[in-house]
Amino acid sequence: MGNTLILLVGQGIQMFLVILVAPAVTGIVRRVKARFMRRRGSPIAQPYRDLLKLLRKEAVVAGNASWLFRAAPYAILAFTWVAAALVPTFASGLMFNWAADAVALVALLGAARAILALAGMDVGTSFGGIGASREMMIATLAEPAMLLVLLTMALTAHTTRLPEIADYFIGAPITVRVSLALALAALTMVALAENARIPVDNPATHLELTMVHEAMVLEYSGRHLAVIELAAQLKLVLYISLIASLFLPFGMAPATAGVVAWIAGAATYLAKLVFAAVLLGVWEVSIAKMRIFRVSEFLGGAFVFAFLAILLAFLTGEVTR
Amino acid sequence: MSPEMATPLLAAIIGAIAIYGLAALLAGAIGGRALALVYPTAIAGAALAAGGDLAALVGQSDAMLQLPMGLPATGLHLRLDGLSAFFGLIVNVGVLAAAIYGLGLDREHGLNPRVEPFFALFAAAMNLVLIAADAFSFLFSWELMSLASWALVVARHDDADNRHAGHVYLVMAAMGTTALLFVFGGLAGIAGNYSFAAMREAHPSVTVVALVLTGTIVGAGSKAGLVPLHAWLPLAHPAAPSHVSALMSGVMTKVAIYGMIRIVFDLLGAPSWWWSLPFLLLGAASAVMGLLYAVLDRDLKRMLAYSTVENVGIISVGLGLALAFKSSGLDAAAAVATSAALLHSLNHSWFKSLLFLGAGAVLHGTGRRDFDGLGGLIHRLPVTAALWLVGVMSIAALPPFNGFVSEWLLFQAVLAGPQFPYPILRFLSPAVGAMLALAAALAAACFVRAYGTVFLGRPRSPAAAVAREANRPQLAAMGLLAVLCLFGGLFSVFTIALIQPLLVQYAGMPMASAGAGPTFFSLVAISAARSTYDAPIIALFLIVSGTVTTMAVHRLAARRTRRSAAWDCGFPDASPATQYTASSFAQPLRRVYGTAMFGSSERVDMPEPGDLRPARLDVRFVDYVWQGLHAAPAGMVLSLSEWLNRLQFLSIRRYLMLMFSALIVLLLIAAVWF
Repeated sequence: MGNTLILLVGQGIQMFLVILVAPAVTGIVRRVKARFMRRRGSPIAQPYRDLLKLLRKEAVVAGNASWLFRAAPYAILAFTWVAAALVPTFASGLMFNWAADAVALVALLGAARAILALAGMDVGTSFGGIGASREMMIATLAEPAMLLVLLTMALTAHTTRLPEIADYFIGAPITVRVSLALALAALTMVALAENARIPVDNPATHLELTMVHEAMVLEYSGRHLAVIELAAQLKLVLYISLIASLFLPFGMAPATAGVVAWIAGAATYLAKLVFAAVLLGVWEVSIAKMRIFRVSEFLGGAFVFAFLAILLAFLTGEVTR
Repeated sequence: MSPEMATPLLAAIIGAIAIYGLAALLAGAIGGRALALVYPTAIAGAALAAGGDLAALVGQSDAMLQLPMGLPATGLHLRLDGLSAFFGLIVNVGVLAAAIYGLGLDREHGLNPRVEPFFALFAAAMNLVLIAADAFSFLFSWELMSLASWALVVARHDDADNRHAGHVYLVMAAMGTTALLFVFGGLAGIAGNYSFAAMREAHPSVTVVALVLTGTIVGAGSKAGLVPLHAWLPLAHPAAPSHVSALMSGVMTKVAIYGMIRIVFDLLGAPSWWWSLPFLLLGAASAVMGLLYAVLDRDLKRMLAYSTVENVGIISVGLGLALAFKSSGLDAAAAVATSAALLHSLNHSWFKSLLFLGAGAVLHGTGRRDFDGLGGLIHRLPVTAALWLVGVMSIAALPPFNGFVSEWLLFQAVLAGPQFPYPILRFLSPAVGAMLALAAALAAACFVRAYGTVFLGRPRSPAAAVAREANRPQLAAMGLLAVLCLFGGLFSVFTIALIQPLLVQYAGMPMASAGAGPTFFSLVAISAARSTYDAPIIALFLIVSGTVTTMAVHRLAARRTRRSAAWDCGFPDASPATQYTASSFAQPLRRVYGTAMFGSSERVDMPEPGDLRPARLDVRFVDYVWQGLHAAPAGMVLSLSEWLNRLQFLSIRRYLMLMFSALIVLLLIAAVWF
C-alpha cells in the first residue's frame, strides 16, 4: 500500500512538473535564438509573464463562435496534459503509466490536434480554415511516421508500454542500430513538424501565407489564448521527454527508488530539457523555413525513414524473442 | 448448453423475422395507414431479435433446426451459433436505431410505399442470411437482401442519379451472387451436399480452395465494399433514404463480413498462410483508397459511404492477420487480430449508423447534403451537432471512444508480426501497419473537414441558415448510438467478454479476460506486461485535468468575455463565401496524394486585364478503378452487342446457312471429343 502511495505521489509530481517547466523551455528556446541573432532577447521567464498577462485580460470572442470554440482550449490542454503525464520523465513506472501505451499516446495527441483544427474552423474565417487544413495535411504524414517509430521501439523492447521501453533501453548495452538511428531521425522530424517549429512552421510569424498553428488560434484571446499557448508549450516538453526517454534514457530513476534518486532523476531530466531547448534554438536560427508544399516532401522523408526503421526491425532477427 | 435448450432463442429470431415479414407484407398489400405501423413493428422485432442474439451469445448456445423445405435432398437448415448471434446483434441493434429514427419520419414527411415495406423486408432478409445453414437458403436470403436494398436505393427513381446507382448496384449484386454460387459449388464438391455441416467435413484441394477464396472475395467482398469492387457503394448507399443508408453502410456490409468469416474461417477448414494474402492486400488498399476518395468528395453522404470502404478494409486486414497468425500457430496473436476484426465490425456499425442518421438530420433540416451548401449548423442543430461529434471522434479512432479500441487491438496484432515463420508475411505486416497508420491519420483529416464544413463556420446557403433541429425520435436514435459508442470505448472488456467463445472457436484461444490488467477495465493484448490500455482511467484523467484547468482559470483569471466581430487578421469579410470550403480544405491533401492516386490536375483560367469574365479553376480527377474495372468492360460488352446486333438483320438464306454450319461444328466437336 505504501508503494501505491509513493507511485501516486510520483505521478502527481510528474503532472505538475511538466506543466510548470513548459513555459521555461519555450523561454530558453527564444532566448537562445535571440542571442544567436545578436539581440539581447527577453528573459527566460517571459513566457510565464505572457501567460499571466493573457489571463488578466478579457476574452474577446467572435460573435458567431459556438460552445465548441470556448470549450476547445480546455479540452486541448486536457488531452495534451494527460499525454504528457504518461511519457516517462524523471522516473519510470509511475502510478498510471500503464493506462495508455505508445499507440494510445499518439491517439491522445491526435485528439488534441483534431479539436484544435475544429476550433480553428468554428468562426468561419479564411485563416482558421487555412490553418486547420494545413495542420491536418501535415498530420496525415507526421502521425503515421510517429506511430511507426514508436512501434519500432516497441518491437525492440517487446512491449508497447512506454516506461518498460525506457527501462529496456536503460538496461540494454549501448550499440548503434540502423533501425534505431532511422527512428531517431524520423521522430525528430515529426517533433519539429508537430510543434510548429522551423522548417515546417514558424512560431514567431504572423505572416499570412505561411502560418499553420498561429492561423488556427488567430481568433483566440485572453484566457483562452493563455490555455492554448500553455498546451503548445506542454506539447514541446512532451516531445522532448519522449525523445529523451526513448533515445537518452540514462539517469531515469526507478519509481520506488526513493526521494534522493527522484531528485537526481529530476535534475538529469531538467538538464536534458535545457540541452534539447538550446539545441532547438541553434537549429532554428541555422535553417530557413520551407514552402508549405515542400513540407510534404520533408515529412514524406520522415515517413520513409520510419517505415525503413520498422521494416529493418521486422526483418532482422534481433527482435524475435 | 445443449441444442434443445437453446431452441427458444432460435425461435425468437425466427419469430422476429416473421414480425418483420408480416410488417412488410401488410405495408406492401394495404399501404396507406399500414405504412405507419412498419417502424413500431420493426422496433418490436428488432428488440426481440437483439435480445435473442444477446442471450445466445452470453449463454453460448448453439441451436439447429431442419425443415422439410428448400432443396429436395438437403432440406432447409437453420442454425443460431455464436457467430450468427454476434452478427445478429449488430444487425438488429442497427435496425432498432434506424426504426426509431423512422418513427420521426412518420410525423414529418409522410410515408413512401416504396420505402417502408422494403425496410422491413430488408431487416428480415439480413436476419435470414445469418441463420441460414445450407447453401440454398443462404443464397436465397442473400439475394433477397440484395433485392430489398436495391428497391430502397431506387425508391426515389425520378432522380436519374438514383436510377444509375440502382443499375450499377444490381449488376454488382448479381455478379456477387454468381461468385458465391461457385463458392458453394466448390465447397459442396462432387458429392453435392449443400448443407454447411457437410461442407465442414469435406477437405477441398488447393485448386478448390483458391476458387473458393476468389469467389468469396468477389461475392462477399463486393457486397462489403473492398477495393476494387467498391464502386457501387458510394453510388447506392447515399441514394437510399438516410436511415436505410445507415443500414446499408453500417449493417449490410457486416453481413457481407459475416459471409467471409463463415466461408473462410468456418467452412473451409484449417487455414494455410497464403489465404491471408488477398485479405491483407485488398484490406490495406481499401483502407487508404477509401479515405482518399472520401477526403476529396464534396457530398456528405457519399463521403460517409467512401469511409465505409476504409473501415471494411480495416476489418479485412484484421481477418487477414487472424488467418496468418492462426496458420502460423500463433494463437494468442490470432485472438488479438480476430477480436480487432469482430470489434471493429461492431463499433463501425454503431458509429457509421450514427453518422448516417446525423447526415439524414442535416438533409431534412436543410434539404442539402453537399458540403458547399452547409455550414454553421452547430447553432441550428445543437443536439445533432454534439452527437455527430461523438461519431466523428469514434470514427477517427480517438480515445476514449470505441473506434480507438479496435484500432489499438489491430496495431497490437501487427506488432506480433516478427514471429511469422514466413518471410513474405514478415515483410507484409509492417507495410500493412504503415497503411493502417496512414489511414488513421487520413480519417482524422477527413472527418475534421466534414465536421468543420457542415457544423462549424458560417452557413453557406440560405437553407442552412434557417435549418431546423431533428425531432425527438430521430435524436433518440442518434443518442442511443452515441451512448453505445462511448460505452464500447470505455468498457471494451464487456464487448471482449461477449466474443470470447468466438475467439476460442476461430482463433483457438481467448483474449486475456477482464481483470487480467492493472484494473478490472484494462484492455490487455497478449499479456499485461506487453500492452495495456485503460480507457476509464484515461477518461477520468481527462475529466480531472480538464476540470482542474477550467476551475483554476476561472478562479484566477479575468472572467470578462466580450462578443465582437471576428478578428481574421484585421480584415474580416462579411460574406460566408470567404470561408474555407470543403474543397479548399482538401486542396493540400489533393496536392500531396491526389496526383499519384487520381491523376488530379488543376487548370486556372485567368482572364486578361480588362476582361470582365470570372476567373475559373478547373480541378479534374480520374477514377482509375472505375475506368479500368467498370467502364472498360461495360464498353466492351456494349460494342460486342452492337456487333452481334447485325445478326438480327440477315436474309433467310444466311440464317439457314448459320444453323447448318452450327450443326456441322457441333457434330465435329462430338466426333472429336468422344
